[in-house]
Amino acid sequence: MVIPVITLSAYIFLYKMVKAPPEYAGFVIIGGTMMAFWMNVLWNMSAQFYWEKEVGNLEVYLVAPISRMAILLGMAIGGFVNTALRALAIFVVGILIFQVPMAIYEPLTALLIFFLTIGALYALGMMFASLFMLYGREAWHTANLLQEPIQFISGTYFPTTSQVVPHMVQLLSSLIPLTFGLDGIRKVAILGQGVGDVWLNIVALAAFIVILLPIARAALGFMENLGKKEGRLTLRWQ
Amino acid sequence: MPHVVSARDFVPYAVETQSVTRVFKGGDRPVKALDQVSVSIEEGEIFGLLGPNGAGKTTLIKILTTLLLPTGGDAYVGGFNVVKEAHKVRQVISLVSGGETPGYGILSTSENLWFFSQLYGLPSSAAKAEIKRLMADLEFDEYEKTRMSKLSTGYKQRLNLARGLLNNPKILFLDEPTLGLDVLTGKKLRGYIVDWAKREKKGTALLTTHYMAEADEMCDRVAIIDRGRILACDSPLKLKQKLQENVIIKVEVSSVQADFSFAQEMKGVIGYSQTRSIQTDTTSFKVMVTEEKVFSDVLSKLEKQDLKILAVNKAEPTLEDVYISLVGRGFEAGEGANHA
Repeated sequence: MVIPVITLSAYIFLYKMVKAPPEYAGFVIIGGTMMAFWMNVLWNMSAQFYWEKEVGNLEVYLVAPISRMAILLGMAIGGFVNTALRALAIFVVGILIFQVPMAIYEPLTALLIFFLTIGALYALGMMFASLFMLYGREAWHTANLLQEPIQFISGTYFPTTSQVVPHMVQLLSSLIPLTFGLDGIRKVAILGQGVGDVWLNIVALAAFIVILLPIARAALGFMENLGKKEGRLTLRWQ
Repeated sequence: MPHVVSARDFVPYAVETQSVTRVFKGGDRPVKALDQVSVSIEEGEIFGLLGPNGAGKTTLIKILTTLLLPTGGDAYVGGFNVVKEAHKVRQVISLVSGGETPGYGILSTSENLWFFSQLYGLPSSAAKAEIKRLMADLEFDEYEKTRMSKLSTGYKQRLNLARGLLNNPKILFLDEPTLGLDVLTGKKLRGYIVDWAKREKKGTALLTTHYMAEADEMCDRVAIIDRGRILACDSPLKLKQKLQENVIIKVEVSSVQADFSFAQEMKGVIGYSQTRSIQTDTTSFKVMVTEEKVFSDVLSKLEKQDLKILAVNKAEPTLEDVYISLVGRGFEAGEGANHA
């Protein structure tokens, strides 16, 4: 928890130095909080089946008459619950240290956007999980490669809707559920906006979930079949 | 003449493979791990697949447990096709692999078992009762609250077997279940599996092993597999009886450097195996010959090598000898003799 708070501090001091609007401190704290979930999705949720394979559990899962998506869903819920405590700590400490005023007038809208963001992020993680299952090492490198660009494009520490952000970055950022989630949460939690201002975020996040879950299911089925065909499903150290 | 429909036509084999072939690609050249394997296992049977490392045992088990697709042929488990009806197959099977420790080190033994019971949708209270029973039967109930990471190899394997029996499988697949275990734990687990099959009446077990004594002790029938092909399949007794006409002699010589490759060329020698012991600087040489006269030729060749012959014994046929008679060699040094 210390490192994320140090990162938040760096951005907040920077924004203060350049005399950015005061709400930017809040943007950074929301970004840091949601980053905890994104890191969990990228490194834990995505790699879950890969690690289960390495320790010999995947074989047991795959021999059991249980839906693979149910296993992933359980892992997603576990990952969320574990990370929620860390994320909450980052959020509370950030708010207390930097005295960031919150302006939540519609808590239900805030909760809706938060959980839709979590749903979309973990649906993305479920999709990645199937890739990691077969292409562990290669997928690991790809995730490593994507970590910083996604952090930048999705606007973890600054709003991508800002005038200064190039259009191309804004366009790319619209492909990432985290962008819509961060933007929506910032609007309802910091800027005091309501459901009428974030309906596009809600629709976009719901669309991500509706699209990503079936893709994750199909990808998992495809990868499982490919693994059985190539004999790599339970083969370790690859 | 009309076809007479017998009861057999309605009772599917517990396990049946028809010309199952599996080819692995990706290396320098394709490897045929299974070549036209056809076996039928009756309900209630303990069936052994005996062969050295790389013979194709685990490949066959993976196909039968829906973890691998066959390249050719058909396989049925519990009457269900392992490719087209994989989900139905999974409802009646369980897999226990030796040398593996599925589970989570941070959880206790009972928590691990409860977790795995939920993969089969067992009601929590029924699962807890079953876990208690299995832990008591396998004599590790005193470690109920112990973290899995703190268990010894033997107790981890008891836990693994208990996990495999949690869902009350009709067909239990055991892949080298006593691998790396001490003699007593291996014996305990073997006894438990045999008791389980008897108790369940129609509980079928398919066991892969390269321990000859294990296959001999546990199995109703054994298939000997080498380089992906089934070479023989019968009860251990009948397999051994087929060797009664031959003479098997075990010789112990005083050097670990002893070379018995000359036996390969000798007329009347069916096959041989050797086990070296670095600790005692001795080599055991087991040779199967068509008649005793051939053995005296072998002995004179040995004497020419300046080796001190420590012991010569006539041996009763074992499953290893069956294997030797079929392929002309034993399992690699140390493996065949390393009985748990």
